[in-house]
Amino acid sequence: MSYFVNEKGYYGDFGGAYIPEMLYPNVEELRQNYLNIINDADFQKEFHQLLKDYVGRPSPLYLAKRLSKKYNANIFLKREDLNHTGAHKINNTIGQILLAEKLGKKRIIAETGAGQHGVATATVCALRGLECVVYMGEVDIKRQAPNVARMKMLGATVVPATSGSKTLKDATNEAMRDWINNPVDTHYIIGSVVGPHPYPDMVGIFQSIISEETKKQLIEQTGNDQPDYVLACVGGGSNAMGMFYHFIDDEKVKLIAVEAAGRGVDSGFSAATTTLGKEGVLHGSRSILMQTHDGQVVEPHSVSAGLDYPGIGPQHAHLFKTGRGKYVSITDDESLQAGLLLTQMEGIIPAIESAHALAYLEKMEFKGGENVVVCLSGRGDKDMDTYMKYFNL
Amino acid sequence: MNRLQNLFETKRNILSIYYTAGYPSLGDTVAIAEALEESGADLLEIGFPYSDPVADGPIIQASSKQALDNGMDLKLLFEHLKGLRAKVSIPVLLMGYVNPVLQFGVENFCKACAEVGVDGCIVPDLPMTEYEELYAPIFKENGLSNIFLITPQTSPERIQKIDGLSNGFIYLLSSSATTGQNLQVSDNTAAYFSRISELKLKNPTMIGFGISSKETFDKACSYANGAIIGSAFVKSLDAADLKGSVKAFMQKFKP
Ligand SMILES: Cc1ncc(COP(=O)(O)O)c(C=O)c1O
Repeated sequence: MSYFVNEKGYYGDFGGAYIPEMLYPNVEELRQNYLNIINDADFQKEFHQLLKDYVGRPSPLYLAKRLSKKYNANIFLKREDLNHTGAHKINNTIGQILLAEKLGKKRIIAETGAGQHGVATATVCALRGLECVVYMGEVDIKRQAPNVARMKMLGATVVPATSGSKTLKDATNEAMRDWINNPVDTHYIIGSVVGPHPYPDMVGIFQSIISEETKKQLIEQTGNDQPDYVLACVGGGSNAMGMFYHFIDDEKVKLIAVEAAGRGVDSGFSAATTTLGKEGVLHGSRSILMQTHDGQVVEPHSVSAGLDYPGIGPQHAHLFKTGRGKYVSITDDESLQAGLLLTQMEGIIPAIESAHALAYLEKMEFKGGENVVVCLSGRGDKDMDTYMKYFNL
Repeated sequence: MNRLQNLFETKRNILSIYYTAGYPSLGDTVAIAEALEESGADLLEIGFPYSDPVADGPIIQASSKQALDNGMDLKLLFEHLKGLRAKVSIPVLLMGYVNPVLQFGVENFCKACAEVGVDGCIVPDLPMTEYEELYAPIFKENGLSNIFLITPQTSPERIQKIDGLSNGFIYLLSSSATTGQNLQVSDNTAAYFSRISELKLKNPTMIGFGISSKETFDKACSYANGAIIGSAFVKSLDAADLKGSVKAFMQKFKP
C-alpha cells in the first residue's frame, strides 16, 4: 500500500482538488510545476542554504534526560522550537517563497491560527521583498497578540477574519477568497498539509526535513535510525507529516498523532477531528472533518490556536483510515500541565500545540529502553498570556 | 426536451435569479420562486446554504448563515420543494457546495432533485474529473444538467472540455471574483466575452457575478444568452414584504 500521493492527487480515498473554477488556474499551475521546481538542483541548493544559514538547521535532537527518567524511555525532542521565528512553520514558508518567485508571483497571502505561520510567511516576504497579506481570525488576533505585532513589524498587513468561529478555518476561507479575487500575481502560502492537491504533498515535502534530520541524528546518538515511536501534534498536520515522512514506509516505527480534545471530546468544545469527524470535503480536499449530518462544518475549540481547526490533511486521513498512524487526543488542561512539566523539568517552554504531543507521553506505557521522538513543533513565547492566566503566574 | 433546453431554444436575454433557500425566513423558498416567475424571471438558481462558502462575498455569506440559523438543510429543502412544480413552471437549478451533497449522498441528491422537478445543478467545487468519472451517469439517469463555470483565466482547451461535458448552459464569470462585486466591463472583459462567443461552443452561455443593474444586465446580454443576478437580489429581499420586494426588484429588469 502507498501512503503517499498518487498521480491523481489522492491518498487512498482522500485528497483531490475540490475547488471552484476561479482557483483552478492557480492550483493547476502549481500542480504542473511544483515537482520540477522543487527537484531542480539550484532550488535545492538555495533551499538548503537558507534552512542552514537563516533558519538555523539542523535543529537539535535533544535527549531529555529528566523526562526520560520520569517516563522510563528515551525521550528525544526534535527542537523545531529553536528554528528562526520559533516553530516548524518556517521550513514550509522558505520552500514556498522560493517556489512563488520561480512562478513569477509578486504578492503573497497566507492564513494563520497561532500566528506562527503568519510570522513565518511575513518573515520570508521581508527576506525576499514581496508584499504580504495575512488573514487571521479575530479570536486568534486577541489570544496571540505578540505574533500579530511581529507580523506588523515585518511589514505584513494582518486582516481579521470575522466570520464563523473567527479562528483558523475562517482565516483560511478569507485567504481563499483573496486568491479568487487576485487570480494572476498572487501565491497563497498555505501553512499546513491541507488544501487542494498539490498543497498537502508540497508542504509535506518541505517539512520532511524534520524526519530526514531525525534519522541521521538518531544514528549518531543511538546507532539506530528506527525509533519505536514518533509523536507529533496535529492541527492541519504539517509538523506531524514532517516528523512522520521518512518513517511512514517503515512499519516498525509507530506513528502517533495527537489532536486537540479541547475541553473534552464530548464537551461540544473540541477539535478532535478523527474522533468527532466524518469523511467529506473541506478547503479543497476530501478528508475527515467535523461536520453536522448536513455537511456543515462544525466550529472547533482548542486552547491552542494552531490546533483549533475542524479538519486534518488528507494524508493524515489516509494514515488514520488505514491504521498506519494512531490518532489520539489531549485536552486543554492536560496540554497546559504538560507544558508546565517540560518547562520545569527541562527548562523549555513549549508552544501549547507541541505540549499536546508531550502530554500523550503520560498515557503511554514503556518497558524501558524504547526510543521515542517527540516533535517539539514550537516555542511557548506566544502563549505566555495563556500560561500565565491558567497557572496564575 | 427539458425545461432548461427549451428555455434556451425559445428565449434571448434570459434573466436568471439566484437566491438562498431558507432566507430571509425558513419557509420562503417556494414563495420567492413563485413571485419571481410572476414578475418575469426566466430561470431560477436556488442556493442551498453551506457554512464555509469560499466563492461567495459578504451578502451571500450572510444569507447562507441566516438560512442555516433558520434551520435549512437539504432534507428540509427537498420537502419544501415538493410543492414547487404545482406553482412554478420555469426551469430551476440548485446551487451549492459539494460537501452537503456528499453527506446527503450524490445518488440520493440527484434522485430528490428529479422527484421535485429540479432541472440541474451548479456545484462550483465539484471537480470536473470527479464529476466525469464518478457522477455524470447519476446526473444523466435523473435528467439533470450539470452547469460548469469558466473565468477569464480558464484555458481554451479546458473550455472545450467543459463544453463537451455540459448540457444546459455554461456559466461565464465576468471576472475571477467572489460573488457580489460590481461588474465592470473593461476592454479586457469585453475581449474575453468576445473570445468566448467566437469559440462557437455547443452550449449557450450565461454571464454571472457582479450584475446588479439593468445597464450591466443589458451589457451582459449583448455577449451571451442571458445573465444571472445573485447578491443584488438577495440584498433587496425584505422579510416584512417579501412579494413586494421581489416585484420592486424585478421591475427594474422586466418593466
Ligand atoms: C507550534 C505549532 N505547532 C503546531 C501547529 C499546528 O499546525 P500543524 O498541524 O500543521 O503542524 C502550529 C500551528 O500554528 C504551531 O504554531
